[in-house]
Amino acid sequence: MSDLSERFIERIKSATAPLCIRGSGSKDFHGNPPRGDVLETAGHTGIVAYEPTELFIAARCGTPLAEIEAALNEKGQCLPFEPPRFAADSTVGGMVAAGLSGPRRASAGSVRDYVLGVKLIDGQARELAFGGQVMKNVAGYDVSRLIAGSLGTLGLITEVSLKVLPQPVAETTLRFEMNQGEALDQLNRWAGQPLPIVASAWQDGALTLRLAGARAAVEAAQLKLGAGGTAPDSFWNDLRDQRLPFFAAETLWRLSVPSTAPVLALPGEQLIEWGGAQRWLRSDAPPEAIRAAAANVGGSATLYRAPAVLKERVGAFAPLPAPLMTLHRNLKAVFDPQGLFNPGRMYQDL
Amino acid sequence: MNTPLPSRAPAPDFSAGDRAALLHELAGILPGAALLADPEDLKPYECDGLTAYRQMPFAVTLPENETQVVAVLEACHRHGVPVVARGAGTGLSGGATPVAGGVILSLARLKHILRIDPLARTAVVQPGVRNLAISEAAAPLGLYYAPDPSSQIACTIGGNVAENSGGVHCLKYGLTVHNVLKLRVALIDGTVVEIGSDALDAPGYDLLAVLIGSEGMLAVVLEATVKLTPKPQLAKVVMASFDDMTRAGNAVAAIIAAGIIPAGLEMMDKPATRAVEDFVHAGYDLEAEAILLAESDGTPEEVEEEIAAMKAVLEQAGARELRVSQSEAERLKFWAGRKAAFPAVGRITPDYLCMDGTIPRKHLARVLIRIGELAQQYGLRCANVFHAGDGNLHPLIMFDANVPGELERATEFGARILELSVDVGGTITGEHGVGIEKVGQMCVQFSPEELAAFHALKAAFDPQGLLNPGKAVPTPRRCSEYRLTGSARETK
Repeated sequence: MSDLSERFIERIKSATAPLCIRGSGSKDFHGNPPRGDVLETAGHTGIVAYEPTELFIAARCGTPLAEIEAALNEKGQCLPFEPPRFAADSTVGGMVAAGLSGPRRASAGSVRDYVLGVKLIDGQARELAFGGQVMKNVAGYDVSRLIAGSLGTLGLITEVSLKVLPQPVAETTLRFEMNQGEALDQLNRWAGQPLPIVASAWQDGALTLRLAGARAAVEAAQLKLGAGGTAPDSFWNDLRDQRLPFFAAETLWRLSVPSTAPVLALPGEQLIEWGGAQRWLRSDAPPEAIRAAAANVGGSATLYRAPAVLKERVGAFAPLPAPLMTLHRNLKAVFDPQGLFNPGRMYQDL
Repeated sequence: MNTPLPSRAPAPDFSAGDRAALLHELAGILPGAALLADPEDLKPYECDGLTAYRQMPFAVTLPENETQVVAVLEACHRHGVPVVARGAGTGLSGGATPVAGGVILSLARLKHILRIDPLARTAVVQPGVRNLAISEAAAPLGLYYAPDPSSQIACTIGGNVAENSGGVHCLKYGLTVHNVLKLRVALIDGTVVEIGSDALDAPGYDLLAVLIGSEGMLAVVLEATVKLTPKPQLAKVVMASFDDMTRAGNAVAAIIAAGIIPAGLEMMDKPATRAVEDFVHAGYDLEAEAILLAESDGTPEEVEEEIAAMKAVLEQAGARELRVSQSEAERLKFWAGRKAAFPAVGRITPDYLCMDGTIPRKHLARVLIRIGELAQQYGLRCANVFHAGDGNLHPLIMFDANVPGELERATEFGARILELSVDVGGTITGEHGVGIEKVGQMCVQFSPEELAAFHALKAAFDPQGLLNPGKAVPTPRRCSEYRLTGSARETK
């Protein structure tokens, strides 16, 4: 446990150049290439409160995600959105700032769905707290959820509080042979039924399904879905932490599309998660073509992993319509009027 | 409610606007019956569900389509006249109370369900569609819209978005913010933007999170795309009664500690139970200090497993009586009282104020004991219903507005309860919103810097402060006043 907030405030007050807020650096690849003087947050650590029966945990930003998950595990609880762990020292502040969720996202919700509160230091070195420890709270604008996924561009997150849930009692993995079109159709049909499907992954002619919940429900669903092959549960951890060989690509796109979007005829290989709503793409196709394909079906394409030059040329994130971009600039000005934090990380001029 | 208080919202100076010219312009935008300006016609709009506060608007507009909504906003924006959006007017915090000299923008006539996509499990609806109407339309497909505020028969999805409404099932199924995928909204200057996506996320900041629960102060909802959930095959409820509140509170913690997330987990104290039993005859245990309803839903196998587990925990926790619903009819009967708690209390008192703090559940007994003391101190009765799963407490303060001073006493009593909620680590409002009712207590929950950030955030969307001005976020002056009078009252 150590509290560095005073040091952060001093650093922000005395900053004469833009700052790059950095936890362990395990997500340096995410978004546009980092710029600015590094402000290390990894030393600001400690679980501030964990109350299993209140389903809530609060921790300082530099606390390793691994430490939080170990504490939860001891009480049979978990972070249901399964954030990817890119390194042993990945921090909880980085998790919220990046806003990335894992395999169970489509059924359990995303990081922002579990954020109950944040404390942050804004661009004027003000310490602000929004939300808190209770899960129903509508006092004031919901700034804590706005902060989730804002890539550190609105302030330095010093503390987060999160809703946690019990781990599923039972869990099993099934595997089916089917092509992409069949898998997409089947996944959407299953999702409309009360089945305990909590995660899915299609790749290379095989659909892997994860069932979780009450023991009886998992067993009944297994019977209903038909035999299917099984797969090791470790598959989900490798998927979650993006350690499967598929993810070792120099250029990797993340397409977020409606789950019912048809098969996207793009060159390259795809890995499909979230019941069809998240499609990873290894492809050297022109970025414009990939962005257009995602937009055509009502989604967007993020240039997830790529050489810095490519990210600088086309931007990590799909461009926004002008009125939305104006709102983004206005919001940035609310919390960081001088453009001190993570300039360009989300959009070049933000 | 016979002696309404004037609205406490500060009246910003909008006298500069040329109202006659605005009225003329609005008449050109809207068909005759969709523009009201006679005091007699305006009367029904002078308050929302918080009837203690009333304010006549300057005019009421009832547009029938998006083009008209946008044109009304543009006209008001041009004339610098404030606009208050309104759905069904069921809100309990005065979020839709008119602003003096302002225009009411009623979305009640935009009431079409535009599309339901069974495969994608989404519905695209206009803002005036009633919450329950979505579930009714989706029912033949085996789907429903999960958030179920008690006013769901009447309240609209536009209002639900404005307030981030919850309901009795949000521990398991989430609030409005967890069940809306995309919004098409108009800004005050008439600019139409789409936020969120038909996908599970969209690039950029999470503006959905900012708009949901923003109490109509940032934008006006034109269309909402909501998530539909597969209807569980079965639901059953356990009803447990307890001899004391502490034991009941511990039972709730024990259910959670056992790794169970019930579909619904609700509690009522003795005064609430007695009021509802007279009303719905559900067979509640009238001698119990607390009644707990714990629901399980899912496949039949899942429900059996979970109900058995909850029964065991509740017995262990010292329940004096346990009953499990044996049929859908019985389940609904058990719930009937809880769902009718507000009207039931309304029958036994001329007036009541409904509070809405959320507290960490572990402080339930402490908070209820303190509420009991405050009830004595203020000489008023109070019944408590509690969303035990998520800590959202609704004390219903009973009073008679015809007795001089009772409304003021009830209001002060309520303020003390909200301050207490903040003291124990909770919040002044879990699901009803701040509106005009709790704007003073915002000064207790937030620092001047945080409130300044809220004002700046509003200005990021609405630089002139024309959308629902004076609500939800207090001015620094209001806070100084609150601190002075608030502390004076406390020591009285």
